Amino acid sequence: MTATTCAPDTHAIIVNGESVVTAAATLEALVAERGLAGASIATARNGDFVPAAARAATAIAPGDRIEIVSPRHGG
Amino acid sequence: MNAPEPVAKAASALTLYGVELPSRLLIGTAQYPSPQVLASAVKASAASIVTVSLRREQARGRTGERFLELIAALGVRVLPNTAGCHTVKEAVTTAQMAREVFGTDWIKLEVIANDDTLQPDVFGLVEAASILSADGFKVLPYTTEDLSVADRLLAAGCRVLMPWGAPIGTGRGLANPYALKSMRAYFPAVPLIIDAGIGAPSHAAQAMEMGFDGVLLNTAVAKAGEPVRMAEAFARAIEAGRAAYEAGLMGTRDMAQPSTPVAGTPFFDLDRR
Repeated sequence: MTATTCAPDTHAIIVNGESVVTAAATLEALVAERGLAGASIATARNGDFVPAAARAATAIAPGDRIEIVSPRHGG
Repeated sequence: MNAPEPVAKAASALTLYGVELPSRLLIGTAQYPSPQVLASAVKASAASIVTVSLRREQARGRTGERFLELIAALGVRVLPNTAGCHTVKEAVTTAQMAREVFGTDWIKLEVIANDDTLQPDVFGLVEAASILSADGFKVLPYTTEDLSVADRLLAAGCRVLMPWGAPIGTGRGLANPYALKSMRAYFPAVPLIIDAGIGAPSHAAQAMEMGFDGVLLNTAVAKAGEPVRMAEAFARAIEAGRAAYEAGLMGTRDMAQPSTPVAGTPFFDLDRR
């Protein structure tokens, strides 16, 4: 889906490598929209770390690349 | 009065970034057949540090929570990695995300040069180590045995270096023992941990006998037929290797020399020589 087909007040963005259309205006709202409010996650926007405390003040813009990650097994 | 009987001393502890650790084994948490086997293997290994990672969380996922609960129950320190990062930017951002979600400023820094060898990109590694150290991270860089790179990493703020034994997941042991010996001799006071390539307890013992301060491994235990038994085997090998290093290995000779005294050998006649 491209940005031109989005409903009003939605943006086409990339979340964890997948195209997503969201109504979320902030990163905090996006996290909540995905059912991850309060989860043990960390976030980045366009390659830059966004601390949990800064998500509410981080606006989502069309084309943004968001990463939402969580603890996992590792070597 | 009898002289006191000599007793074997306990092996000295490993100290990394001012933290004293009872075990010289650092163990990975990936690739185990089940969470239960992972937990039992970590316990059997007696490792005081486990490595962990960050991966994408799906919508409404709780994978991260479940993993954190599993790790918390182990009662060990976590060392997050930047596995899979190919650029300085990816590694720095991943480290920052890991610090927040794992609550530790320790980071196993990996910047990978290419996917076939998983060889460290040493140029990116030095740059990322510099950025992260300045940002307050305690960086444990996965590096090669190259001495000039090691010098740059120390100048960048690293207080621990983790040279590879062999490429990640190969199980080939110490591919370049001569270079690793040189590294040990060149940095006598820097904690050096062999990270990656260890396939068998004998490899780990060899590294410890050479004077390395610790061993970090994952696949050799996780992919063993019985991971819990293998974890214990590694724990013993590492203890034995360290004790041997501290005890001081004998020198080697080219020719045989009898260990039983020659003097007084029965039937010994000078004309036999």
